[in-house]
Amino acid sequence: MDYHFMRTFADSWGLLAMLAFFVLASAFAFRPGSKILSENAARIPLKDD
Amino acid sequence: MRYATSIVSLGIACFLAVLAAAFAHDAAFAKHMWVLAIVLVVGVIALLRQVDFQPAPAVDPSAYMDGPIRYGLIATVFWAVVGLLVGVVIALQLAYPLLNIEPWFNFGRLRPLHTSGVIFAFCGNALICTSFYVVQRTSRARLFGGDLAWFVFWGYQLFIVMAATGYLLGITESREYAEPEWYVDIWLTVVWVAYLVVFLGTVIKRREPHIYVANWFYLAFIVTIAMLHIVNNLSMPVSFLGSKSYSAFSGVQDALTEWWYGHNAVGFFLTAGFLGMLYYFVPKQANRPVYSYRLSIIHFWALIFLYIWAGPHHLHFTALPDWAQTLGMVFSVMLWMPSWGGMINGLMTLSGAWDKLRTDPIIRMMVAAIAFYGMSTFEGPMMAVKTVNSLSHYTDWTIGHVHSGALGWNGLMAFSAVYYMTPKLWNRPALYSMRMVSWHFWLATLGIVVYAAVMWVSGIQQGLMWREHDEQGFLVYSFVESVAALHPYYLIRALGGLLYLSGALVMAWNITMTILGHQRDEAPIGGLLPSLQPAE
Amino acid sequence: MALMDKHAIIERNATLLLIGSLLVVTIGGIVEIAPLFYLENTIEKVEGMRPYTPLELAGRNIYVREGCYVCHSQMIRPFRDEVERYGHYSLAAESMYDHPFQWGSKRTGPDLARVGDRYSNAWHVQHLEDPRSVVPESIMPSYAFLKTTPLTDGDLSAHLTANADVGVPYTADMIENATADARTQASADADTTALEARYPKTKTGDFDGDPQAVTEMDALVAYLQMLGTLVDYKTYDETGGDR
Repeated sequence: MDYHFMRTFADSWGLLAMLAFFVLASAFAFRPGSKILSENAARIPLKDD
Repeated sequence: MRYATSIVSLGIACFLAVLAAAFAHDAAFAKHMWVLAIVLVVGVIALLRQVDFQPAPAVDPSAYMDGPIRYGLIATVFWAVVGLLVGVVIALQLAYPLLNIEPWFNFGRLRPLHTSGVIFAFCGNALICTSFYVVQRTSRARLFGGDLAWFVFWGYQLFIVMAATGYLLGITESREYAEPEWYVDIWLTVVWVAYLVVFLGTVIKRREPHIYVANWFYLAFIVTIAMLHIVNNLSMPVSFLGSKSYSAFSGVQDALTEWWYGHNAVGFFLTAGFLGMLYYFVPKQANRPVYSYRLSIIHFWALIFLYIWAGPHHLHFTALPDWAQTLGMVFSVMLWMPSWGGMINGLMTLSGAWDKLRTDPIIRMMVAAIAFYGMSTFEGPMMAVKTVNSLSHYTDWTIGHVHSGALGWNGLMAFSAVYYMTPKLWNRPALYSMRMVSWHFWLATLGIVVYAAVMWVSGIQQGLMWREHDEQGFLVYSFVESVAALHPYYLIRALGGLLYLSGALVMAWNITMTILGHQRDEAPIGGLLPSLQPAE
Repeated sequence: MALMDKHAIIERNATLLLIGSLLVVTIGGIVEIAPLFYLENTIEKVEGMRPYTPLELAGRNIYVREGCYVCHSQMIRPFRDEVERYGHYSLAAESMYDHPFQWGSKRTGPDLARVGDRYSNAWHVQHLEDPRSVVPESIMPSYAFLKTTPLTDGDLSAHLTANADVGVPYTADMIENATADARTQASADADTTALEARYPKTKTGDFDGDPQAVTEMDALVAYLQMLGTLVDYKTYDETGGDR
């Protein structure tokens, strides 16, 4: 674990892994069947105070 | 007896503060401990005056706990005025250096007072009180932890007072936006953990199956700030009873840690937390659900994922290794996408209700806030591009950028939340005056536009003057010529700040009168709508 | 879609949401920041760097206390105009003993990374007492009180010890003699042999022009006069850097 190894990891695989995580999270949000769930969730603040 | 434990613990703390003052390692620490002791004595006296020996009234466990929120709202308005006032003062100091009063009121000591006053005192109180408001109403549950919420409120005010008085006494770590010294940092950590407990506890005991997205943003803001605050403030005190400490890191590492913190203080304190406000108060005021809930979820993950990497853009062309600078730049540019996704989501929430812009100045303020969010999150990535940064860095352009974000996005968003909550929290039919909200809106917007425009001009001119060479290859301007050239801009900037401050004063008056239960006699905005005739 | 159903769990479980966000923000930060902490081994080796003398350190603390970093950077970027105006661009190694760093973020005033030796002590004292008496267009506040405030920064040895605790190579000898070294450095006619043995290239003298007392002005000027003077760029090899 020297500096060069870590900096190379940071701007290659580390970056890629984080990106993959992000893409997955986005896919989650738009998964089929989530539309009704999210529409219900969006109404939470509009129920009474 | 009510308040017995509070009074006793405050009394003990006061005694300890006096002891610490007596045995202080340096003079500044002694003074600071006297300040603490005086603050605590005031607290004890205030509590003693309220003591009564009746049994405490039973608490309705199903009712929302709004006491700390009411106090938080008043504190928000108060600190807004204070922070902005100090801003106008230091703006004038730059135009007229004679306004510096050494040693306590020199620019170098007042500037952290302004930045912390606005970021932590004003925005911090706005965040704490709105998060308590939102989490209860979207979870349908009373705040968790009983009086812990009161501890969070008063503990946070104590942090503000200790930080502010410390700056004036010259007690600072010199880490921008994290200037308080080690013992004040430890206190903030305690308060912040209590804040996390109250917030998370309320989310956990909620009676709504789903956690509303505003709470995601608030939660990410609270945990990330905790992490940033602790790591960035690691330091070695000179003495247990001394004000000075030395940062655990040095040079490059210290710089990156500080700007990793500094950038994410913007990203999580001033963005994520305020997006929590956006996702609750805009739908409420417009009376429509958020445009796309699923987009808000992506907005959330993308924002917290990208923001954390962008810090190195504050260190372009410095001794920080190039690869880290490039990484910071790339992520800053990518950050533009979720930011605009969020902006579009906020604006589109109003689709079909655009007519309200004409009649509802609070909606107008929200729209302006979202627009400034979009503008500064466009400008930010642009300034993070190395070629642009080589011109903009070290100049007033940066100052203009942060002010379009802080005044436009944070200020207007917090103000509109304050306007929304006040009548509800004090059970008033409406605000004292809607027309004064409109006045506030125009004063603030004009102030921001003047401020940001003049700082662009000043910043770019400054940057160009520094780098201008003549035909023989010599620098054209000495440094001080660039200073002299900026004088008119500094004057106009102070004027912009003054406009914004006067808007905040109008708000303070409006809120005070609303709380006192008055209604201003005025014509409704947009004129009287022609009443609809019933169909024959 | 078993995987897809899991997000619904995150959306409903506060602790998971907490852990998930924390994971995203910590991993992102760690991956980018951690390598820098391994930089020490490979940082460009530069001749001449030494820890601050006790007087310089005290001066640096005054620089921090007064918020000088708010208006003055100490980081010269590798651009033609900056190098011409301020001198050789700053190296990482030049702030290796800086706890905290003072790179700054704004130039309301000029960069100070190499201000040492550019002006006389008397100029600095005059400029700090009344900036506009030497630079009429200056907007800097005045710091006349420094000259009348004796340097009482508690126990300087304790300050050196705290620095040693965070990695600055102060020896036991340096820590023991901290207060005496500060006094020696600020006097015009003391024997400075021992001081210069401990801290090479130290500038000594009565910085504030007042032989009666060691004041905060002595300390601050001593600090300003050493800024950027430790590395000799005539012998510095540019190719060794790791950027």
